[in-house]
Amino acid sequence: MTIALPGTQTTSVQPVDRPVTRKGGKGTRAGKAGPVTYTLLTLTALVSIFPLYWTLVAGSHTNADIAATPPPFLPNASLFTNFKAALEQAPIGKAILNSVLVSGAITVGTVFFCTLAGFAFAKLAFKGRGLLLALVIGTMMVPTQLSVIPLFMMIADLQWVNQLQAVIFPTLVSAFGVFFMRQYLISSLPNELLEAGRVDGASTFRIFWSIVVPVARPAMAVLAMLTFLTAWNEFFWPLIALTNANPTVQVALAGLGSGYVPQQSVIMAGTLLGTLPVLIVFTILGKQIVGGIMQGAVKG
Amino acid sequence: MTIASQTPRQALHGATTAAPPTAPRPPARRRTSLTRNRWGYAYVAPFFLLFAAFSLYPFLYTAWISLHKTSLSNIGGGTWVGLDNYRALLQSEFFWNAARNTLTIGILATVPQLCMALGLAHLLNYKIRNRTFFRTVMLMPYATSIAAATLVFAQLFGRDYGLINTLLEAVGLERIDWEAGTLSSQVAIAAIVTWRWTGYNALIYLAAMQSIPGELYEAAEIDGANRWKQFLHVTIPSLRPTILFTVVVSTIGAVQLFGEPLLFAGNGTTSGGSSGQYQTLGLLMYQQGWSNFHIGQAATTAWAMFMIILVIVGINAVISRLRTRAER
Repeated sequence: MTIALPGTQTTSVQPVDRPVTRKGGKGTRAGKAGPVTYTLLTLTALVSIFPLYWTLVAGSHTNADIAATPPPFLPNASLFTNFKAALEQAPIGKAILNSVLVSGAITVGTVFFCTLAGFAFAKLAFKGRGLLLALVIGTMMVPTQLSVIPLFMMIADLQWVNQLQAVIFPTLVSAFGVFFMRQYLISSLPNELLEAGRVDGASTFRIFWSIVVPVARPAMAVLAMLTFLTAWNEFFWPLIALTNANPTVQVALAGLGSGYVPQQSVIMAGTLLGTLPVLIVFTILGKQIVGGIMQGAVKG
Repeated sequence: MTIASQTPRQALHGATTAAPPTAPRPPARRRTSLTRNRWGYAYVAPFFLLFAAFSLYPFLYTAWISLHKTSLSNIGGGTWVGLDNYRALLQSEFFWNAARNTLTIGILATVPQLCMALGLAHLLNYKIRNRTFFRTVMLMPYATSIAAATLVFAQLFGRDYGLINTLLEAVGLERIDWEAGTLSSQVAIAAIVTWRWTGYNALIYLAAMQSIPGELYEAAEIDGANRWKQFLHVTIPSLRPTILFTVVVSTIGAVQLFGEPLLFAGNGTTSGGSSGQYQTLGLLMYQQGWSNFHIGQAATTAWAMFMIILVIVGINAVISRLRTRAER
């Protein structure tokens, strides 16, 4: 196994005399990068970023401008006119607010419930724990599309169609989150700490709240970021459960293109508006999100 | 696709190696009221209750619906038709068309994506300046939503004013009507998927690469292996479990492909192009249920998708088992 879990083989076989610098990847065995590496990486970076940049360029010109040869390559002042047009065509402002509410609620719920369950799986011994854990992992295999039809019937029965809770409740927990928190707590929460709390007479929930949560905070932050991103970008279920009268950003964007005479520059401006919040978050927290994904990949 | 980052197999492996949290300790100390605790059930209950209500029950109920003839307007009722829906599905040319499209788009998207991710991870594993910058920028597409990415790419792939055709013309090639052709539209859709997921997979590979012991490379170097040979004979074999994991996850994602073909034409039609040239199974299911109101048929398609996923996961499990057996 190369995907080492904390405390297993690969970390312990390092000879003592060699400085262990691999942590963080700075001093990996791989040599210094040559110009070819930099060129390829720069090209990839450009390809990664260009469609987003093009959204800005195309969203800030008129249709005629975009169609010209050669096409424009710098943003223009028409951006705000196009923003206005996009806001008139689709309720993007409301959609952003809805997305913030939905993603926020899902994030808070997922992080809380997953920390709770992860703690129980990591540190509390109860009958059938192994089986239940295997069940959690098994649930990762069930694709959303398999549940969508009865789910839709259910929310129709509950009169939740077009209401935000229809999008929030089905996504309030994640099997990945439970597993992620469990792995983290196994390695970073010493049992002595829990026992000390118990000796002091604290209840299990008190121990959870005052000892486990502070220890789990870094992992909770990572899980929160990943959950927020995923919830913000969720497309299939919101499209079914909501309409353009009360959309999330993704539903509003889907509606933006459906006019009879699609105006590319307005569509691009709307796309930019809907993407900006998450891009801002990503610019600020990108490093942590990268770390979180890599950590998730190693730890599981 | 969700943020699930581990195969069940690897996860279970982890569970078995790390399960007894206080294994080396004397048993007397472990039997505190905390480590033997019925409260555990209460702590895992929210997960299982929510999962049962919003995933497991609907998942099983979908199978039940697929045995009925029922429509969106007649949600509760419906007549029992047994396997008729499945029979109809297997005889439907739309199903086979969608299945074929899902397969070709899946291959067009997954293979280049994972190969490029592997190469990128290798590059990112060198000592580079600004490594945080490169990693973050490569993950930007992952942070972009399907809707936003598809709308932008649909614009770039536009026939008359799309930037890609402008470029093609500038270098003396013919314009391509990307959306109209079968191969061209599928290539374009695969490009969106590849763009969004390559960086993500590269980071997964990079994480796994960084836990390969340096000794392996040193040994290979002493044996006279150059960089390329080291990549082939040390890196790739060490990454095999991770590669298998990404293959499974990407294939599952490919089977469910929906948003990209829905929005590629820009107008959110469920037909997947004028002749269904890029209608995927996910899109077909949505069309059956929410455009044609045949909920029973849609449920059948959903279950067909699940069967396909099971077969793929099964094949992968068999391959990995054969490999480990061969190595012993």
